[in-house]
Amino acid sequence: MRIGVVTFPGSLDDRDALRAIRIAGGTPVPLWHGDAELHKIDAVVLPGGFSYGDYLRCGAIARFAPLMREIARLAGPPDATAPGLPVLGICNGFQVLCESHLLPGALVRNDHRHFVCRDQRLRVEGTKTAWTNGYTDGEEIVVPLKNGEGGYVADDATLDRLEGEGQVVVRYLGVNPNGSYRDIAGISNASGSVVGLMPHPEHAVEAGYGPETAGAEIAGRGGPGDGTDGLRFFTSALQGVLSA
Amino acid sequence: MGRVVIDVMPKPEILDPQGKAVVGALARLGFAEFADARQGKRFELEVDGEVDAEVLERAAEAARTLLSNPVIEDVVAVRAAD
Repeated sequence: MRIGVVTFPGSLDDRDALRAIRIAGGTPVPLWHGDAELHKIDAVVLPGGFSYGDYLRCGAIARFAPLMREIARLAGPPDATAPGLPVLGICNGFQVLCESHLLPGALVRNDHRHFVCRDQRLRVEGTKTAWTNGYTDGEEIVVPLKNGEGGYVADDATLDRLEGEGQVVVRYLGVNPNGSYRDIAGISNASGSVVGLMPHPEHAVEAGYGPETAGAEIAGRGGPGDGTDGLRFFTSALQGVLSA
Repeated sequence: MGRVVIDVMPKPEILDPQGKAVVGALARLGFAEFADARQGKRFELEVDGEVDAEVLERAAEAARTLLSNPVIEDVVAVRAAD
């Protein structure tokens, strides 16, 4: 199963995403934003970072990269009920998906104006997507979060529709880290093939290199950096591709 | 050489953290009479010839396509520079 990761000028977490795909059991395929074609991939990840230096608006220039036009064409319109190419946008990738209108809403500067970097508790609320079918409904997970412009905003009608249609995929637990409306950390398109989220599941895929988990401080359970809660985003995609 | 000026502002209903930081700093410097501040963007686009209606329409299209995000921003002015 070939999962591509698009590198834009200024991408930072493309290597981590490729590594996460490999650890999950897939074949990672590096893609360059200037490529015209997708090299027969089954799914694609838009990684975190600061494409084009976040100039103009985060993701606004990356949206018009040649490869993004092809990805948008294959992903299909956000309200389509038939799933298109599975796409996961992480952090800057989420911003690119919103700027591309593959997902509704936008990401704005954190309400407290500080860059935030921490291990973040999340609740997985949407488990019918291409990227979260390996989680159970309502499951709590911990993955790293690091952003300066991660406040998810949309008008009330859009927010109501996302909630009503089950398109809120992950929600922040505890203190809202960036002012996101209704504590939304990640959403999907109507079919569940396209998912965007601000937290970084690709940084929580290998024990010893992940976030601290609740189990870490309990004797006999877990250990430092043992959090691998993010891995199932990538195994979910493999599962979805296999069953498709 | 003609020049088109485009002003883009955050939508009133969207929180503007930069504007909040600015108004806070103003108050600390004694400019307490300014109750609020919002921060937007100004673009200047140059063309070889005159700025006519067609150029302004193209600039408005560029503003809608790339220079603003309609979810969070409004294009409040597209005009020829003085």
